[in-house]
Amino acid sequence: MKKFLPFIVLGLFTLWIVSAMRPAKPRGYMDDVQFGQLPVLREGRLQPLDSVGMNALKLIRGTRKVPLEGNNEKGEWGNFLEIRGDGKGQLTERRWYQFSKHPKKLNPSEWLMEVMMHPEIADERYIFAINHPDLVGELSLDGKGLDKSGLRYFTFNEIRDRFPTIRHHAQSAFEQEEALRSPFEKAVIKIWVGMNTYLELKNTIAPQDSHNFNSDLENYLAIITPGLEAYRNQVAGKEHDEAILGQFSAYMDRFQMLSSARTLMVPPRKDSGMDDQWSNIGTNLITAIQTQDVKPAVRSYARMASSFHADDSGNFNQALNQYRQSLQSDFDKELKRTHIEYSYNRFAPFYKSTVIYLIAFILACVTWVNGSEGTRKTAFYLVALAAIVHTGGLLTRMYIEGRPPVTNLYSSAIFVGWGAVILGLILERIYRDAIGAAIASIVGVLSLIIAHNLALEGDTMGVLRAVLDTNFWLATHVVTITLGYASTFFSGFLAIVYIMRGFFTHSLSKQTAQSLTRMVYGVICFSTLFSFVGTVLGGIWADQSWGRFWGWDPKENGALLIVIWNALILHARWGGMIRERGMMNLAVFGNIVTAFSWFGVNMLNVGLHSYGFMGAAFKWLMIFNASQILIIAIGLMPLSTWASFKSKSRNQPA
Amino acid sequence: MLKQITKFFTSLKLTVTCLAFFLIIVFVGTMAQVDQGLYQVQELYFKSLLIYWGPENADWKIPVLPGGYLVGVFLMINLVAAFVSRFKLTKKKFGIYITHAGLILLLLGQVFTDALSRESAMEIEEGGTSSHSEDFKLDEWVLIDHSNPTEDKVYTIADSLIAGSKGSVIIADSLPFKVKVHDYWQNVSLTGSLIDEDGNQKSGYTRVEATTGFDNVYLKPIPPATSMDSRDMKAAIVELLDGDTSLGQWLVATRMNAQKFSHNGKQYSVAMRAKRYYKDFSLTLLRATHDKYTGTDLPKNFASRVRLKNDNTGEDREVLIYMNHPLRYEGMTFFQHQMTAGEVVRRSGMTPSSVFQVVKNPTWLTPYFACIMVGLGLLIQFMIHLLAFVKKRKQAA
Repeated sequence: MKKFLPFIVLGLFTLWIVSAMRPAKPRGYMDDVQFGQLPVLREGRLQPLDSVGMNALKLIRGTRKVPLEGNNEKGEWGNFLEIRGDGKGQLTERRWYQFSKHPKKLNPSEWLMEVMMHPEIADERYIFAINHPDLVGELSLDGKGLDKSGLRYFTFNEIRDRFPTIRHHAQSAFEQEEALRSPFEKAVIKIWVGMNTYLELKNTIAPQDSHNFNSDLENYLAIITPGLEAYRNQVAGKEHDEAILGQFSAYMDRFQMLSSARTLMVPPRKDSGMDDQWSNIGTNLITAIQTQDVKPAVRSYARMASSFHADDSGNFNQALNQYRQSLQSDFDKELKRTHIEYSYNRFAPFYKSTVIYLIAFILACVTWVNGSEGTRKTAFYLVALAAIVHTGGLLTRMYIEGRPPVTNLYSSAIFVGWGAVILGLILERIYRDAIGAAIASIVGVLSLIIAHNLALEGDTMGVLRAVLDTNFWLATHVVTITLGYASTFFSGFLAIVYIMRGFFTHSLSKQTAQSLTRMVYGVICFSTLFSFVGTVLGGIWADQSWGRFWGWDPKENGALLIVIWNALILHARWGGMIRERGMMNLAVFGNIVTAFSWFGVNMLNVGLHSYGFMGAAFKWLMIFNASQILIIAIGLMPLSTWASFKSKSRNQPA
Repeated sequence: MLKQITKFFTSLKLTVTCLAFFLIIVFVGTMAQVDQGLYQVQELYFKSLLIYWGPENADWKIPVLPGGYLVGVFLMINLVAAFVSRFKLTKKKFGIYITHAGLILLLLGQVFTDALSRESAMEIEEGGTSSHSEDFKLDEWVLIDHSNPTEDKVYTIADSLIAGSKGSVIIADSLPFKVKVHDYWQNVSLTGSLIDEDGNQKSGYTRVEATTGFDNVYLKPIPPATSMDSRDMKAAIVELLDGDTSLGQWLVATRMNAQKFSHNGKQYSVAMRAKRYYKDFSLTLLRATHDKYTGTDLPKNFASRVRLKNDNTGEDREVLIYMNHPLRYEGMTFFQHQMTAGEVVRRSGMTPSSVFQVVKNPTWLTPYFACIMVGLGLLIQFMIHLLAFVKKRKQAA
């Protein structure tokens, strides 16, 4: 039995993965799956509506789903709309100990359907995250909204009349330079951007006050001719039909907002040769003044909106199906891609691999204590399984984007983790001492958590600015330099294992110490190769695109620092200036160098490589650096204080 | 003694020390870019022998670190010395050998690039033709003789010579007049009025003592520009003398229009302008396009279609220059640098224009070879290690 335990655990997790890969089925009677897969153009990128919803939710709420159930003040459980009474009491999401409760949640597509086609309901969802206490006070929102362990969410209806106050604060916040904004100002801007995004989505398919857009549309098309005539007569000072003119101009006013929607829902005609000329519904409605008609897509969406609003699922699904069928012939390729992106969103591969990595890491650490081969094997298998899911996610992203793996800071985090995991698996396969598995899994977890936080800034598959729009250099320079980051981190974490196990536990035997040394040395060789080649390739790219190989730009310098640091360790080692422990301490410092190069230089806000500026992460970078310095300090302690070396009279390493 | 010197220069200790200093310089030089411009940082930290430090507002500075050039020289000597004396071209050390050969090539290439490469800009309006580019930093003082109706005759004096001749007279056979430099400033701010928009008095300006041309011009010397893409407005007060007769005293400054005058029935003009490099071919900008992603303001591509015409070779062809795809011609490379084009420009009635960065760098290929050599060298060396290690483990098992 014990022999099979690793396989049983692996089997269980594989089952979890496989079951999550089943094709999604609509949960309600409205077909949210089909709707979520419809292709639209937003931010210059063709994507499924589900991604539009997901990115908006991440921006507004900071989560991918919207909970519908929880507790009210009296501790009753139920749907928020039913249990909240007069709306004054504080609601809370599921508490961590409420294991039996499985709150219903809206997925991004379902939420977006409500926002776009039945905004009156969407206005009652708890989606606006406002957490700065001063801002909550300023907007007098105390005692309102939904709480989740201190995080606060509010409905649109709760904050709609605070809009002028928010705008007032946002205006002054925008005047402040980005780097100098206070947390309050950042919070104000976040809610301002969130509300505007929400309002824009509400006015994408139909005007937000339209209850039956289908009949609105028919009515509008019918009065264009008399409306225009009345208008001309009015201008000419002649007699005209006031009622028709009033109706006509009311429509124009309502469609004006729709025409600034950034989600372009209406596909171009395929034979026009203008593949990227998608347009929004508002523009189509306004140009109908000349053409007297709208594109079929507008009619389809109008039918969907009306039947969704009327809660008529039969009609809704039929309209949706027909529209999808009509796209089939011209947009087959695009539909396949949005289908895959939809499934990718649902499956959330990086979330799943994070969970498995975390469990594998715990098991690997347990191995060092109990020395069980079974535990080690389980950890190894789990890392391998998580790596397969991780790789799958990476490949899917590459397919959807049609690009090499690293295109922005988010994907660099995914790829750094991936590189470290693969290295760890190889080392684990060779040494079988749970060290490779432990580091693979912990770097996997950390990098995916970093990626998760970077993803909150918006679309992770955004289009690339002109200079970066080159698959060749993204595939060569960016991939090699990112592998350089990954392997330098890897050697740093190996060194941490050496120091921690040596100082705090008795488990660092002479043999383990030696094999760790060999691993660190090998990995540093590897990172020297990758960081050097990556850096020079970057120079060559710069030479290709703006005519100079090297310009001492911060991002270039950051990469160079890693090369110098690795070269320094290798030469110091060859020259006998450092031995085992010295190399470990230097390798830990390599983590600081790499973190500076990867994130630090982006925070300086100078230079040409402006692909990923971020402000909030500075604190975390400093915490990370402090932790690394602490570890180096431990590594510098006299060996007589190390648990592994003081008890037994073993040969101490240098 | 010689042995000791050899030992010092070939030692790994020197390598590690140099690398450590290099690391510090790069880090400090990166952080300094937050306050100082890239151009200034390059001069102070990377292209210098020593890095100086002094308290703010104090007029003394002491060297605190070796500069990039000093460390580079030591590293280079170390590298070459070790290469000559220690590295053997054996099968076992083959990787190390070509890695370091590649490094030498890379560093030498950069030294030559620093010395030989020249960057300038060529701006062309749509429909226009140009056969010269302008330096990003250097300026020249020009005197143009317009008397020949078909071709102007241009006399130039480099801005550095003007700067060096402050207070003295430049006499040369090639010049039609003597040039007396009364004053020179590295960077100035000019204004026509001492009162600003809010009605306040502007401070620091003095009236320019020029007799000809501009009447009411006030000048304030300002510190040199630090950022990479801003340039100094150099200014000088120059008097022209025909024998002993003064023709007048002019204020000339970069970006200020040329000033005309006549003497002995000939038309002349004087100006300070960006130093020009003439080519023996011309480029005509046919069309400048600036694409954006649909529904966004994100730039998707900048492209310039140009006609390249060379009378010497009879060449006449169209070329498309766009991001990451420069034109390489006659030892020069033309990169898409800046652009004023796109829907907004066209609708506002402006003529679209395009700026090319023109780089002349005879050693541009060295990084390519160096990268291949070092990459290959490291790969070979580490593979040798790895194979030996795997073999040893197999035997042990």
